[in-house]
Formats: sequence, structure tokens, C-alpha cells
Amino acid sequence: MIEYQNLFTRVQLRTDSHGPAHTGLPLPRGDFGRTGEPWYFYWAGKFGEAQIGPIYLGVLGSASIVFGVLWFWIVGFSMLSSVNWNIIEMIRQLPWLALEPPPPEYGLRMPPLHKGGWWVIASFFLLLSVLLWWARTYVRARALGMGTHVAWAFASAIWLFLVLGLFRPVLMGSWSEGVPYGIFPHLDWTSALSIRYGNLFYNPFHMLSIVFLYGSALLFAMHGATILAVSRYGGEREIEQIVDRGTASERAALFWRWTMGFNASMESIHRWAWWFAVLCTLTGGIGILLTGTVVDNWYLWAVKHHVAPAYPEISPPIIDPALTPQGASK
Amino acid sequence: MKTPFMHRLGMHWARLGLLGSLVVALAGCERPPMESQQLGYRGTGTVEINNPRLQQVILAANQVPEALPPAPSDGPKASAVYQNVQVLGDLSAAEFTRLMAAMTQWVSPEQGCSYCHAGGNFAADDLYTKLVARRMLQMTMHINSTWKSHVAETGVTCYTCHRGQPVPKYLWYEQPAPKQGGAMGWRNAQNTPAAAVGLTSLPYDPFKTYFLDKEPIRVQSVKALPSGDDRALRPVESLQHTESNYALMMHFSGSLGVNCTYCHNSQNFSSWSGSRPQRVTAWHGIQMLRDLNLSYFDPLKPTYPADDLGPLGDAPKANCATCHQGVYKPLAGASMLKAHPELAVAPVAK
Repeated sequence: MIEYQNLFTRVQLRTDSHGPAHTGLPLPRGDFGRTGEPWYFYWAGKFGEAQIGPIYLGVLGSASIVFGVLWFWIVGFSMLSSVNWNIIEMIRQLPWLALEPPPPEYGLRMPPLHKGGWWVIASFFLLLSVLLWWARTYVRARALGMGTHVAWAFASAIWLFLVLGLFRPVLMGSWSEGVPYGIFPHLDWTSALSIRYGNLFYNPFHMLSIVFLYGSALLFAMHGATILAVSRYGGEREIEQIVDRGTASERAALFWRWTMGFNASMESIHRWAWWFAVLCTLTGGIGILLTGTVVDNWYLWAVKHHVAPAYPEISPPIIDPALTPQGASK
Repeated sequence: MKTPFMHRLGMHWARLGLLGSLVVALAGCERPPMESQQLGYRGTGTVEINNPRLQQVILAANQVPEALPPAPSDGPKASAVYQNVQVLGDLSAAEFTRLMAAMTQWVSPEQGCSYCHAGGNFAADDLYTKLVARRMLQMTMHINSTWKSHVAETGVTCYTCHRGQPVPKYLWYEQPAPKQGGAMGWRNAQNTPAAAVGLTSLPYDPFKTYFLDKEPIRVQSVKALPSGDDRALRPVESLQHTESNYALMMHFSGSLGVNCTYCHNSQNFSSWSGSRPQRVTAWHGIQMLRDLNLSYFDPLKPTYPADDLGPLGDAPKANCATCHQGVYKPLAGASMLKAHPELAVAPVAK
């Protein structure tokens, strides 16, 4: 018996029970072909459609993958080289390893390859790869007659990525401000950025970004839960219910109006979700771009604008020891 | 087709996997409850969190040995009784002998006097250990007399670092870069799991940077907005220098067994006005270590045999852990100096 009203996906979405696997719409003449024979994977069917492939790569997709692989190889071989080409050590130390940006003394000049030069080259390839993949999401959406919402949402994430790796380092006049490619090292970079620029939590755009990040998670949970809860009334047919509002929509709307006095509609909830996700990286990117370029110490900025609370001293006032006669003599 | 049995089997494995990963994820944790102590104004997060079970172990490991009974200060001076007494020759011979006995107890209880004095000849300077011990004695007196800003009246003795071992447990040497292949891998003196910096990927040798070289430590701007003058400071106050500073702070935290908020108000790490007074003590500690490493430890390099030198051929040097050994007040704040007032005076320049 088929059920579609559980927390877990109980339906295996397969087409081979009644015919050959779905290869998709015919492609226009002159387009690249699709790659791969479609096949079925049971565990994929637990999370989505069980059919894997075919995939359309085309010029943009192929070029994006080539540049992405180049970036991946440069980072990977740099890590491998840093542990003296020892695979075991590479696996053991992987979370610590990184491809580091150049030291600050090189500014925006091209540093020697072994002092961050590979970082500059790898970053260039990653930039190409990401931009080509963006173009691919745009072109594929158009080819399917879709809107380009996915592409513009992706562009918002790319904006933050560009700020971190390109716009801000250029404005700061140093590639050393860029992010290392490594698991722990990029997290250390994040802490260091916050410490150096006086506590990023006082950056209002960082605040907004956090609101939209947590807000996205909250909205996603609310929306997912609502639709699952009314799926027994056909609530998963969200798009139809936008214009042909049925009992599922009515109940979902009533639930939220009764619990919090306001409800989104079947259409607007998706705009809420889209804007929250897009604004997360959009505001985050603005916050990072202003850090060090326009504001040097966010805490002091927040004091200046009466954002940061002042706490009373509980011990005798502490004075910078370097300014005391005792300390200055050292 | 999947049978119901196979579905159940799948769920079974999924649950086991979930439980297994939970166990692995929590394996590095200490069991609750922890004790938290508020140290600053409420709301600032200036709180010290300690594991009372670990605290007991640490306290037990930091008991001080009983002091030797005091010796009379009258009678002939040590310099008159013994030959080649270069330090503390003004003590009475009895006091001097008492100090020597205490030093044996503190530093070489198993090896005895012969660890420094070979062949029953107390005057001979044949053994390098004696030359080092003499210099360390002068250093102890220098610390207790000049660096009260850090050691206060509690002071230090040989035992603060040695703990009954000829070589203190916590020393540092300059670290060579990990071996790498070709011109690609460049770690920028970081990105290796180093115990000195709490196994983070932060720069692994903050000691040479701050306890030997006088690298500027202050990286945070003291003004809200940047100005033209800041351009010149950018390489100094770079993110990479911030990471070095952070690495040093990891060492502080690990060596003293405290969190950042023991000294700092995390609202604004650099501001002195919101900090605790302990931060001033720590600041003097940095200056003190630089002084000791430059004036006492590093110059002893020619005295040591090659085996005692580091991988880059430098002499063993001191950092916070050398004395503190995991406790914010070494030996839990007990003063051994009170029983040895002769170590509290400045060494007479020879």
C-alpha cells in the first residue's frame, strides 16, 4: 500500500515498473547530448527520485567541472605536498591542512608559487568554475521554460564568495586577507577576522545575516512541517493550491492564523523562503565588504553609535600596563 | 522487491549507525556537571568553568614538598668555607648547605649532589649541569627581585619548574617546518596539529615570535574607522598576525587551565578597561619570559651538550607552562619562597 503522509519518504519514485526510465524532453538541435544511462538506486529513492541520470553537461557544465577540478587538484596536491607526499599523513592531518593565501608583504602582487602563488591561481580557477556553473543554472532554467529564481539565489551566495575572495582583498590591497582553502584553517580565519576587526557580532550586517540564516532554517521547518501535516488532504500539491485553494490550504492557513495571528499563503511562503535565503548571503557579503575597508573595529563602531552596551567595572579600573612607567621601561 | 524484513534490517543498521556516531562524537567530552564561577559583571560571560573531578587531580599534582628546617645565619660565610662560590657567598655556610640540600631535593633527588658536583670536588666547574644550575639560581633571584609584577610576593624557586626532575617537564625549542615535498606545499608555519597551540591549525610556534623575538602583539585597531595611517600598519596588523596572537593565547589558556574570559571581556578582547586585573599580570609575564629567554636561557646554548639542544640547535627555553603546568597560580599559589628568603634578593653582579 502506498502512503505519503509520514515523516519519512515511503514512496519509491520509479518509472521502470511501467516502461523505460525517463530520459527527459528531446533536446533542441545543436545541443550537446545528455550523459549517462539512467539507473535506479534504492537509497536515493528514500530521499528523492530513485532514478539517477542522465545529466546534461553542455559547454558551460563541462568547462565549469574542468576548472573546478583544476582548483580541487591544486588544493589537494598542495596539501599532499605539505605532508611530503605521504597519503597516510594527508588523511590523518586533512582537517589541519590548507592551501594558504600569500603573506601580507606581497600585497596584491603575484607572490612566488610556493608562498601563496598557487592560492591565487587556484582562486582564479574556482572563480571561473563557479561563474560558469551559475551561467549553467541560468541557461538550463531558460531551456526548461522556468524562471531564473535558482540562478539569482545562487548569485547571492556567489556575491558573498566574491566579497571574501576577491572584492575585499582588492579593496584592502592584499591577497593575504583572503580565505585559506582548508577545513580548520578557514575556521581559524573566521575567528581571526572577527578578532582583528573588533568583534564581528557588532557588525549590523552580520546581525542581519544571522537573522536570515536562522530565519531560513525556521521558515523551512515551519513550511515543511505544515505541508507534511496537511498532505493527507492533498497539501503537497502546493502549486495547484495557490490558485485552487482546497481544504489542505484552508487548514494550514487556519492553523497559523490561530497560533500566531498571521498566515502566509501557499504562494507567499515560497517568496518568504527565497528572500530569507537570498538575504542571508546578500547582507553577509555587505557586512564582510565593510570590514576593514570602512570600519576597522566593529565594537568601537557600535560604542560610537550607541549599539554596544557599556558594563560597569567591578574591579579597580585596569590600565594598559604598557602605558604605566613600570611597563614602559620594558 | 524489498521485503518488510529487509526494511526492518535497514532501520536496525540505521539506528546502530546513529548510536555509534553519537558515541564517537561525544568521546572527547568530559562528563557533567561542571562548576562555573562568575568572575565579572553579569552578562559579560566572564565566567570560569572547571571540572571539579579534574581540579582534584590537578591540585593533588601541585602539592609543595615540606621545607627543610631553617639554618642559623651566624657562623662563617659560605664564601669563606667553600671555594668558587659565585652566588650567595654572603650566606652562612649552614644556610648555603641548606639551600644546596633543598636544590637537590627539588631538582635531582635521585641523582643527588653528584648530578652537579663530580668526584666530591664541590669547587670544580667540570660538569655543565653545575654551570646551568648557577645561572638558574641567578635567574630565580632575578625573577623574585625584578619581576614582582608577575610573581608578586609568592615568588618562584627551582621547584616551581623542576618538580623533582633534572629537566623541567615543559620547555620549548624552536620548531623546524614539517618536511614537505617540492615547491607546492606551504604551511605558512601553521596547519599542523601542534600540542603547543591546543591542536588547532594556528601557527605552531608562537614562542619564538613573542617570547624571543619582539613581534608586535596588538593587532586590533583602537579606532572605530580606518584612516590613511593604518595602511602602513596593515602588514603588522594582518589576519595572519592575528592568528599568531591567537596561537599564543591558546598556549596561555592551556598552560594556565583557564578560558579566554579569565582575563578578557570577549566583547572587546583588546580593551583594557573591561579586562580583569589578571590580564595585567599576564602582560608582565610575556615581558618577563622575553627577558628570561634572552638573558638567561638562550645564552646558555654553548654550555649544553648537543643532546640537550633542540632540533634547530637552540637552548631549551621557558614559556607559561614551564612554571604554571596547567594551573593559573603555579603550585596552586603556595609560596615556597617564604622558607628561602635568600632567593628573593637580586643577584649580585659578578
